[in-house]
Amino acid sequence: MESRVLEIKDFSMYYGDTKAVDNISMDVYKNKVTAIMGPSGCGKTTLLRSINRMHELVADTRTTGEIRLYDTEIHSISPIVLRRKIGMVFQRPNPFPTMSIYDNVIAGYKLNGIRLKRADRDIIVEDSLKKAALWEEVKDKLHRKGTFLSGGQQQRLCVARALAMKPEILLLDEPTSALDPKATTKIESLIEELKIYVTMVLVTHNMSQAARVSDYTAFLFLGELVEYGQTQKMFTTPEDKRTEEYLTGKFG
Amino acid sequence: MGYQKDVKSLMEKEINKNLENNQSFIVNDKHIFFRKIYNILFKTSIILFSIISIIPLFLILFYVLQKGITAIDWDFFVKLPKPVGVEGGGISNAIIGTFLIILMSSLMSVPLGVGTGIFLSEYQNSKLAYVVRLFVEVLQGVPSIVMGIIAYLWVVRPMGIFSGFSGAIALGMMMLPVIIKNTEETLKLIPHSLKEASMSLGVPYYKTILKVVLPSSISGIVTGVLIGIARIAGETAPLLFTAFGNPFMNLNIFKPMNSLSLLIFNYATSPYQDWHRIAWGASLFLIVFVLFTNLVANGVAKKWKVEF
Ligand SMILES: Nc1ncnc2c1ncn2[C@@H]1O[C@H](COP(=O)(O)OP(=O)(O)OP(=O)(O)O)[C@@H](O)[C@H]1O
Ligand SMILES: [Mg+2]
Repeated sequence: MESRVLEIKDFSMYYGDTKAVDNISMDVYKNKVTAIMGPSGCGKTTLLRSINRMHELVADTRTTGEIRLYDTEIHSISPIVLRRKIGMVFQRPNPFPTMSIYDNVIAGYKLNGIRLKRADRDIIVEDSLKKAALWEEVKDKLHRKGTFLSGGQQQRLCVARALAMKPEILLLDEPTSALDPKATTKIESLIEELKIYVTMVLVTHNMSQAARVSDYTAFLFLGELVEYGQTQKMFTTPEDKRTEEYLTGKFG
Repeated sequence: MGYQKDVKSLMEKEINKNLENNQSFIVNDKHIFFRKIYNILFKTSIILFSIISIIPLFLILFYVLQKGITAIDWDFFVKLPKPVGVEGGGISNAIIGTFLIILMSSLMSVPLGVGTGIFLSEYQNSKLAYVVRLFVEVLQGVPSIVMGIIAYLWVVRPMGIFSGFSGAIALGMMMLPVIIKNTEETLKLIPHSLKEASMSLGVPYYKTILKVVLPSSISGIVTGVLIGIARIAGETAPLLFTAFGNPFMNLNIFKPMNSLSLLIFNYATSPYQDWHRIAWGASLFLIVFVLFTNLVANGVAKKWKVEF
């Protein structure tokens, strides 16, 4: 059977008095891609950001229930430590505008004041860029600004930046929604390749994307987890009527 | 969904209305003719207004240049003032004094102002931010002479001596609001996603601010500081009872210190023709300095601007 990396148990999350995530329980398995799907406003982003506690940047939020990374409850450790183990890629590429490509990749170490030997740094940068399928395109201009790259390249740079921290899990929040179809294809095949290194949780609006790249799919509706299971099964024989309606385009 | 239908029908109504209006517009040629005339009239008048408003500046520049240029030579920058009646001499003490006082004001107001600006942009909606913003607004409106009196009461009197230091405090208070506002506005333009990128790498909040947010907004902050410097460089009133002026060279910040503005004030109000000439020279120097600072500020704003 699959080995479990993340266990979400009876988890709810509130913005003030509004419940955005309603009592969700699900497991995330190692070296798999788990897609979170659902209509706009159903709480996908909220759930994803709860996993690395980025929601705490928003004032007046509250959670109940548990999320365990292996056997550690994530709220029992410092968010700073947690976020180094659970990386994140955002909807819009957000490389650091003041930094070169090289420094962007190594930014997690640099900004945290973790000192590395030059040779080690070089290795991490090359390795991360290779994993992010960007090395060939940028190896001759590592010291140019990251913001000179195209949108798709910038997004892969952000993937490399997250991978450089050697995270257990990589969270991706609609990573292709700001990209053109070609760049999207690149990111999708990248996600497939990355599975051997890291467990991924992917929020997507795009059903065919979920079908293409994910092993497991969670379908959220109005903050509730309607259905969760293997992607193939869910797309062919959904159990819940709402899932079926969503997949056939009746709403969303 | 229900509301979508409503929105759709509303939009259709709006479009139809616009179409009707446009039709009555399009058929009328006279309308278009007058519209063009109004456009031309409007454009000419705003161009005229802007030319009128820069005329005084040009006249001032020209006049000061004409009067002051003869006073300026090498000695003007490196020599000390001579007693009345003696030819030659310079204003090196005033130049050095001005720069020392500006330096001290900046050392005081830059950290304070940038810190406050960070607070205001980070806690935009807090009660304290509201109060601070209000006070900054008021501070900006306090007449410069009042700043001088305050510095006199709080610094000169307790220390028992006029000093460059007390002058710097008065000017620092005048620089402060400029720097605070500029920092706040600049930081507000930094996209939230940048902070998130840093936080998601496990970078603590304070390091995120210091190492990601501040470097990305450095051009705006430096521009603000330069504009602040340009603003205080020629201030006289706050220095009258603080730095006081000094005919000799003085590098001790706890002693009376000369400044360009004080020298201009003292020399221009004296009865001596020679001193008037030097006052014009000092004015020219001061204006050129302020102009230059502004140009550098513009350059920094453009050149160092970070593209997101
Ligand atoms: N900062 C916030 N403050 C208050 N409410 C919020 C905030 N962010 C999101 N919400 C609310 O929480 C609910 C879930 O939002 P969330 O962004 O997680 O949805 P989503 O599924 O990611 O939507 P989308 O597909 O449009 O990105 C929504 O009803 C939204 O209005
Ligand atoms: Mg979202």
